[in-house]
Amino acid sequence: MHVAFCAAVLVFLIAPILVVVPLSFNAEPYFTFTEGMLRLDADAYSLRWYASIVEDEAWLRALVNSLVIGVSATAVATVLGTLAALGLASPAMPGRPLVMGLLISPMVTPVIISAAGFFFFYSSLGLAQTHLGLILAHAALGTPFVVITVTATLAGFDVNLTRAAASLGAGPWRTFRRVQLPLIAPGVLSGALFAFATSFDEVVAVLFMGGIDQRTIPRQMWSGIREQISPAILAVATFLIAFALLLMGVVEWLRRRGSQAD
Amino acid sequence: MNAGISAYVEFEGVHKSYDGETEVVRDLHLSVQEGEFLTLLGPSGSGKTTCLMMLAGFEAPTRGAIRLGGRTIHDVPPRQRNIGMVFQNYALFPHLTVGENLKFPLEVRGMDKGDADERVRDALRLVRLEGFEGRRPGELSGGQQQRVAIARALVFEPRLVLMDEPLGALDRRLREEMQFEIRRIQRTLGVTVIYVTHDQQEAMVMSDRVAVFNRGRIEQVAAPEVLYEEPERPFVATFIGDNNLLRGAIVDIDGDFCQVAFGEHTITAFLVSARSVGDTVVLAVRPERIGLAGEPGTYRNEFVVPVSDVIFLGDHLLVRATMGERVDFVVKIPNIVGHGAVLPGDRVRIGWTATDCRALVPDED
Repeated sequence: MHVAFCAAVLVFLIAPILVVVPLSFNAEPYFTFTEGMLRLDADAYSLRWYASIVEDEAWLRALVNSLVIGVSATAVATVLGTLAALGLASPAMPGRPLVMGLLISPMVTPVIISAAGFFFFYSSLGLAQTHLGLILAHAALGTPFVVITVTATLAGFDVNLTRAAASLGAGPWRTFRRVQLPLIAPGVLSGALFAFATSFDEVVAVLFMGGIDQRTIPRQMWSGIREQISPAILAVATFLIAFALLLMGVVEWLRRRGSQAD
Repeated sequence: MNAGISAYVEFEGVHKSYDGETEVVRDLHLSVQEGEFLTLLGPSGSGKTTCLMMLAGFEAPTRGAIRLGGRTIHDVPPRQRNIGMVFQNYALFPHLTVGENLKFPLEVRGMDKGDADERVRDALRLVRLEGFEGRRPGELSGGQQQRVAIARALVFEPRLVLMDEPLGALDRRLREEMQFEIRRIQRTLGVTVIYVTHDQQEAMVMSDRVAVFNRGRIEQVAAPEVLYEEPERPFVATFIGDNNLLRGAIVDIDGDFCQVAFGEHTITAFLVSARSVGDTVVLAVRPERIGLAGEPGTYRNEFVVPVSDVIFLGDHLLVRATMGERVDFVVKIPNIVGHGAVLPGDRVRIGWTATDCRALVPDED
């Protein structure tokens, strides 16, 4: 009974995602399983949609944009989030819960509201329809993840280690680089991965802020669905699922390594 | 060990309060000579660790001055104080090897690699851990980690080393071994050590002098044997070793001695500080200074008391007796041939000399 219920929940959660995978190998330009596919007829399957996205310049440009914006936004979010978490961990920090709440607010604010805000604010700065604008917007959305993961790692950090470093003559920068950073690295890295994933599958802010030159993969999929319905989108989706699984694997590996170090 | 003539470390009228109301450290005066091993001893919450943290620079005094080598150090950040520090939980950098941990302060000081390697080797030899450079702290036992922590606090040759309950996490046998070890190292290098502990035996074994802390104040600073033989406060009398305390009023004073009324008894005692007739004093008598008086007149103070319990402890016997209102009056009798059998319910004649009975000013509370 329990097993059946759990299985039902799992199907409910992942079936809509998994169904995309076989459909992406469809030989026909349909979003449904053809009779041939159901018969497991080899001819009913093909890699044509994968070929089509590799050949299509728009998809390649979208991939480059996604990577450029994702990596840059991750770098900004990681630096800001780590610094914020370090500051928040200091007992001398006044109003900690308030500042913490403000910092993670982008996580709970509906994206559409953030995106509208980004649009109006960055337009007045002339940053709408630029890569920089999107990088900053995605950095703002990704920073809370870094703040949370680094704060969690710092909770187990022995304050005497920084005191020891100071007593041995090290300044704040050396203490950070030689003592704190190596020990909180798993938290920093998993925060960075979450920030990257946030940027990589973000579409609302890109819709508001991005021009034709800032089309990322999710944005390209969105127009793909609206303009020419083709299983090429399913091929991209499959690629994204594989990528997400890889990221999750890395995060889990980091988490285990982090807990072993204690 | 009085190498220096002027004080090397000086606390002058230091107060510390975290919330502006309760003072963790109150009006502290303390000076430490160069090359001295001074222990701050007291129960937890008595302010001793706070004093150490203020000296290290991790806490700032609310009032008063702290001087190091004659200069006030309030504006000097911890990293510029050049003070070695050993923490209770070792605080070794877990991601660095033993060698890298020791080299850390040398790198900060820009020492070249060859010299640094040699210093690290010397420091490890000093703590008897030769060849441990490549190990990680996690691979070492607690005692070995503590040795590494001590080596790291010494490797950059500071003139002052602070130790905050460094042996607190070790088991008893290892703790005793390390006490001698730390003492040996301190004597070898002639470095000044300020050591914090709540373990009075540890303080006795290691220190040139001990400062006894109680509720943010120093009750007495003296060499271990002086603290034991000549306590000036009831708190010190009971915190260092055991003591029977009897509270009574002075009825007569004769030079250094006084007569104190205790119930129906009158006890002759050594008067530690100037008092007048009628003042309340606390009499402190150590259990081992009380003897069984076979013949009346053996001691200046003699009483016949009922025995409530006798505990056999191998090399000595603890006899619990009722002395006036004190039902837990303890007499310690060495287990030597012919001590005679003492049984619960017996009435025995006990006694002690006037000099072994100190009349102290009561603790304020």
